[in-house]
Formats: sequence, C-alpha cells, structure tokens
Amino acid sequence: MIGFLRRVREAEVLGMNRRNAEFIMAYNARRNYPFVDDKLRSKKLAEEAGIQVPALYGTIEIERQIRQLPDILAGRDDFVIKPAHGSGGSGILVVAGSQHGRYRRASGTLMDQRDVDHHVSNILSGMHSLGGQPDCALIEQRVQFAPLFDDISYRGVPDIRTVVFRGVPVMAMVRLPTRRSDGKANLHQGAVGAGLDIGTGRTTTAVCLDRDISEHPDTGAPIAGIQIPDWHNLLILAARCHSLAQLGYLGVDIVLDRIQGPLMLELNARPGLSIQLANRTSLLRRLRRIEALETIPDDADGRVALARELFVETPD
Amino acid sequence: MKNLHLKTLAALLIAVGAAMMWHKVTTLGLPLTPDEETTIWTVESRISIDADSGPSQVDFMLPTNPPGFNVLSEDFVSGRFGLSRDSDGINRQALWTTRRANGQHTLYYRLQVAAAPDADRNAIEGDQPSFPPVPEYREPYGSAAFTVLEEVRQESADIASFARRLLDRYNADSPDEHIQVLRGGIDNELMHVQNISNILAGARIPARVSHVLKLREGMRRAGTTPYLEVHNGTEWIPFDPRTGQRGYQEDHLVWYRGEAPIVNASGASILEYGFSSARTVRAVVDVAERRADILGSRVMDFSLLGLPVDTQNIYQTLVLVPIGALIVVLMRNVVGIKTFGTFMPVLIALAFRETQLLWGIILFSSIVACGLAFRFYLERLQLLLVPRVASVLVAVVILMMGMSVVSHHLGVEHGLSIALFPMVILAMTIERMSLVWEENGARDAIQQGLGSLFVAVIGYGVMNYPPLAHIAFMFPESMLIILAVMLLMGRYSGFRLTELWRFRALFREQPRP
Repeated sequence: MIGFLRRVREAEVLGMNRRNAEFIMAYNARRNYPFVDDKLRSKKLAEEAGIQVPALYGTIEIERQIRQLPDILAGRDDFVIKPAHGSGGSGILVVAGSQHGRYRRASGTLMDQRDVDHHVSNILSGMHSLGGQPDCALIEQRVQFAPLFDDISYRGVPDIRTVVFRGVPVMAMVRLPTRRSDGKANLHQGAVGAGLDIGTGRTTTAVCLDRDISEHPDTGAPIAGIQIPDWHNLLILAARCHSLAQLGYLGVDIVLDRIQGPLMLELNARPGLSIQLANRTSLLRRLRRIEALETIPDDADGRVALARELFVETPD
Repeated sequence: MKNLHLKTLAALLIAVGAAMMWHKVTTLGLPLTPDEETTIWTVESRISIDADSGPSQVDFMLPTNPPGFNVLSEDFVSGRFGLSRDSDGINRQALWTTRRANGQHTLYYRLQVAAAPDADRNAIEGDQPSFPPVPEYREPYGSAAFTVLEEVRQESADIASFARRLLDRYNADSPDEHIQVLRGGIDNELMHVQNISNILAGARIPARVSHVLKLREGMRRAGTTPYLEVHNGTEWIPFDPRTGQRGYQEDHLVWYRGEAPIVNASGASILEYGFSSARTVRAVVDVAERRADILGSRVMDFSLLGLPVDTQNIYQTLVLVPIGALIVVLMRNVVGIKTFGTFMPVLIALAFRETQLLWGIILFSSIVACGLAFRFYLERLQLLLVPRVASVLVAVVILMMGMSVVSHHLGVEHGLSIALFPMVILAMTIERMSLVWEENGARDAIQQGLGSLFVAVIGYGVMNYPPLAHIAFMFPESMLIILAVMLLMGRYSGFRLTELWRFRALFREQPRP
C-alpha cells in the first residue's frame, strides 16, 4: 500500500483536480475562453494569423436559415456539421458521401435531408453546447486526411492533439477513430490515442478506453513507429496557436490534409489527461519544467526547438 | 505560504462556527444529540398566614443557584401584599409587606428548575469564611468534644475525611460514652446539625447548615431537611448529617443556608407552610431556550427555533442541503464519480428521505426508465429542444400520477410519496441521460446514471443520520464549518480515487523523463 502510494507520487501524473486548479485556472484567463469555445471565432482568428484551417462552407444561426441548408450543401458530397460551442466532440456530424439522394455518414448510416435538418436544429437549440445556450452550426470542409493513418483508423478524421504550455508544445498524440467512436477522434468516446515522440514525431505507445494497446482494435494494424511528415512545421503550427487565444494551457487539434497539409481543426482550453496514458509518461513533470523556465522564446521556432531539446524520449 | 488567504479564511470560519457551537453547548446546555430529555421540577411553596389588623411582613427564604439544577423561572402570587426581594450574598429572601392585612392570606412562590446532571453536587463554590472561635463548652461536654476531636484527627487526612469520620462516630449504632454525652438532650435533626457544627468549631472548622428539599413526584406539604456543609479551605463540602454521606443527591434541592428560619412573620402568625412538587419531562432544547432567555443570551434569538413551526419544518430539510452538497463535492472531486447534473443527487437524496430508501430507488429507477423510453420515442418526431424537454416533463408528471394511483389501489402507500420527487430535475436527468446514451453509448449513460444514484444513496445515508440532522438544525453555524471545508476542497489538487485506477498503467512502470 505504502509502496503504491510512493509510486503514485513518483509517477507525477497530472490529475483532473491539479489540472484545473494549478494550470487551467492559473494560466487560462476566463475572458479568453470565448476565443476557443466558439469555433467560428477561433477559425477566424486563425485565418487572420495565417494559420491554415478547414474551409468554412457556411454558418446557420437561426432556425429559418435551415431552409438554406440544401443550397449550402448543393454539389458537396462530403462536409462536416458541427456546433460552434460543442464540447467533447458532441454534435459533430461527418458526412462522407451521398447515395441515392441521401447522405452517408462516416459511420456508414444513411440520413435524408430531414435528419440533417433536425441535427442542425438540435445544434441551434443548444443541445450540444455547454450549459444549453442557443448555438450556431458550422458547415465546413471535410478534411481529406492523408493516407498516413489509413491502416490504423476506422473512418473519420484522425487528428493530432498537442498540449501547448506557455507556447511550448509539451506532449502530443494522434487520435485515431474507431468503429466504437463513430468516426470521432475523442478518446472518451472510444478513439485510440497514440503517443508521439516530441523529438522525432514518431508514434510510440497507444491507449484505447484507458487500456494499453499496440494494434488498432478495428484494423489490427500495429500503431507504433509511424512517422508524422513535416513534424517540425506541425509543432510550429501548434506553438503559433498559443498567440491566437493567449491561453497558457492549451490543446491544439491538427489534422493532416492530403493536399493542404496540417490544418488547425480546433483549440481546447481544457485538454484531457488521457494524453499521459497514450504517451505513458507524466504530463506534470514536463509542465513543471516549462513552469520553471524564466524566459520563453518569443518566436514559435524557438519554442519548438526548446521542446524538441527538452522532451526527447529515450527508448527503453 | 501557498493559499494563505484561503487557509486563514477557512480557519476563521471554523473558529467562529465552533465557538458559537461551543457556547450553545456549554452555556445554554443545547444537546449535541437529538431526543435528549431533561427532568423539570415545578416546586410550589404555600404560606398561609393569619394577619393582625396592623401592618405585617412575611420574610421567606428563596433558593439561590441550587447545585445540580438550573433555574428556569420563578414567580410569586402575592395577593394584597407588596413584594420585594433582598439578598445577603448567601441567601435571597422574598419580603411580602402590607400596611393592613386583617385575616387569612395565602402567599405562593413557584419555582421551575431543570436538572443539570453534569453539575458538581459534591462541592459548592464559596470563599473561605473566617475560622470560628473555639466555643466555651460546658463540662463534661467540653472534654468529651475535645477527646472525640483528637481521636477523629488521628484517623483522618483532611477536612472532608475529618467531618466524615466525626459524622460516622456521631451516628454510630452503639455510640461510645463521649458521643452519648455530646448527643445528650437533643431531639430534632436541625439541632443535631447545629450541635455537630458546634463540635467542629472546637477544631476551628467552618461549618454551616443548609436546608434541603427532597423532591418527589406528587409531594405535598413537605418541609426541608437540614444538611451539613463544611468548608475545606477552597469550597463547601456537603454531608448528610444522618449517614455521613458526602454530596447532595440529584433530587436534593438546596433551598437556603444558615440558622434563620425559612419563613418569618411579623404582625401576623403563620398558620401553615409547605412545599409541593411535580415532575415533568421536556426536551432539552426547550429548556435551553428558556435558559437563554434567563441568561439574556442573544444567541438563541437567531436560532431557527424562534420561527413558526411550519417554517421550521422547511428549514429542517433545507439545512441538510449544504451537507448533501459537501457529499457531492467529495464524491466528485475526491472520489471522482460522474453524475448527471451537479446537485441532482442532493435533490434525489432529499426525496429519498420521504419515500424511504428502497422505495425511492425503485420509484426513481422506474420513472427514469419510462421517461427514457418516452424520450427515445420523441427522438423520432424530431422536436426542438425546449418543447421536447417540456414534453418529457409532462410525461414525468403523468408517470408520477399513474404510479401514485396504481400503488394506492394496490395498497402500497409508499407509492404515494413519489409526488415528492423533483420532477423538473427528473426531466432534465432523462434528457441528459438520453444525450449521453446517443453520443457515448448505453454503457456511459447507465454508468453515469448509477453514479448519480450511488451519490444520492450516500447523500441520503448522511443526511438521514439523525445526530447530523440535529446538529445542522440546532447549530446552523455548523454551516460555516461546512463552508470552510468546501473552500479548502476548492483548492484540492490531489488525485481523485478513480484516477488512481484510470492511470494505473503509469503507476506500474518506471516513469520516463
């Protein structure tokens, strides 16, 4: 028992309470939350700053505009509808194609126009937003993700989540959709989280529903050892997002588009803790090392260089 | 120091709350546990006099801080007499006076006292009186007295044991010749006590007579019994002069002290006087309130007990909400159980108090299950959010009504209490549960549902624990302590218990840099 408690202390795992009290509250000013909680705003900020994001097809703000939905969607086979204030990936509808005039979701189920309209209506009424306030719906480009993760994801969009602390990327993982997560890249919905070596950009260990795995549960392909292309630039993209929202403790979600390369999908002011399980290492220890630094380089290049120097994984 | 401000604030809140509770417990005698009762004695003394035609005065001794009792009230029925009270530091006296009182009159004095079981009845505070001079005894009394005193001194260690030993010898079944001399010619108890204090004066030990009323249920026309009190240098120690037993019994009410008669009349003759007493049992709480009145304490003015009874009943429940909220804080931030809605479990737990636990769980589960089924049906109609939640609310009310009616016909009266469930909360719970069901699957939804139910059951267990409910209601300042704990929990950054399981893989292996 005492041995266990000692290991718990030595592991320096970041728990929910400590994350909230010592990082989110201390480094994320409440007034900056709207920049990340409203995906429309963070998208626009990113565009102004020259950070690449998936193209916005249109927004629907009031019930009446739902009639215009077919016009917005006209000629588009694949798109994503998401609430501007959604949390935890809820309310995201990924349409991957069409079949006999009906929409085919990423999960394979078919929806007709009425189902899509209802989904948008639910978004507007605040069903998926924090606290249930009325919301608006974004219709945007479905990312044609790079074939890199084809073997280790089941439909949906795999993305790369990076925790950026004081502008320095401290830990990253790839989130791989599974059959269970319905094409969504959220770990608590059953997606796979695969740790990324900050130094090399290669996948290491992986976790699914808080259990260690080495193969993708649906495809059976091994997860470790996949090299993310253009890793340095991806880290720079993540580091630059820090200045968009001025949040000290930030989660940046990046997708790899086949043609456009890394795109910033969304920002998160309360990134989850499972990234520790995916990387099998403590987040707290890395955060403390950044916290102890007196000066942080102003430019993203310098911060990324710092991260790649500090957080080199040593193979066991 | 980290969080000094917060810790100071919490310490301050705890200190204030605890100090107020301490005051209420020690000074006012508010009980810390429920259902405590105390014995209340109502003692009435009745003095009948036959007054002469001229002015007359009746002096009557009154009890002063009788050991083992708290005085709750006293009142006088004086008729045509004017009343004044007098105190000489040891005794209080009622002085009834009138200028013209011809004929028979009856004066009453009524006293209510509550037994104070914890009070010290073996020693009474009192300053050291002057040492009495050695009396000039006659012979052979004098030599007998000095012989006995000398022998008693050999056999005793201190003043208490000295007095005890003397009383033993004085009351021996077969007294020796010295005692026979000392006891000679005395035929009533008061004179015996006076005789003993006279002998004690030979050893320069201060002694006095106290007059004790032995309370009995239904006692009528009783009189007082003399007791002996001896001063040991720091306090007065009472003895039963007949048995030598130390201390007053718990039904012994000390009326007054000294040689003076209990009642004295001038310009009138006393026909009769006596005491009657009756015993009642009352909740300690009532007694504490009365006592606060008498002591002039303002604390009880702010107590919930002063409110009308129906308002009190509401607060009986409301004061439990902070306790329930604390349980939720602990369950969510320390244990790490997921629930639907932050405080939904508290409200469910409050409802459980009315329905009983088992029935509460059955009713709650069946309403949520039926409501979920209805909600899934509504999903097919593709309604807007607010009308949909409102529809679920109506369905919940109909379900509750249906269950009440059916269970009434089946003769299961527990089903009726279902009306106490917070229906809006139930409707919101159903809505949220169905969303989680849709998005994260049945496993998550049921897990969170059971989590909510579990927290509600724990909350019920704690809130329904009578001593805690009693403290919450009697000592609302305990909420300051709860608040302090919550404030401290607000900066708790340690692990949640469930995280120890979640991150177990990280605790198993050697950590990497």
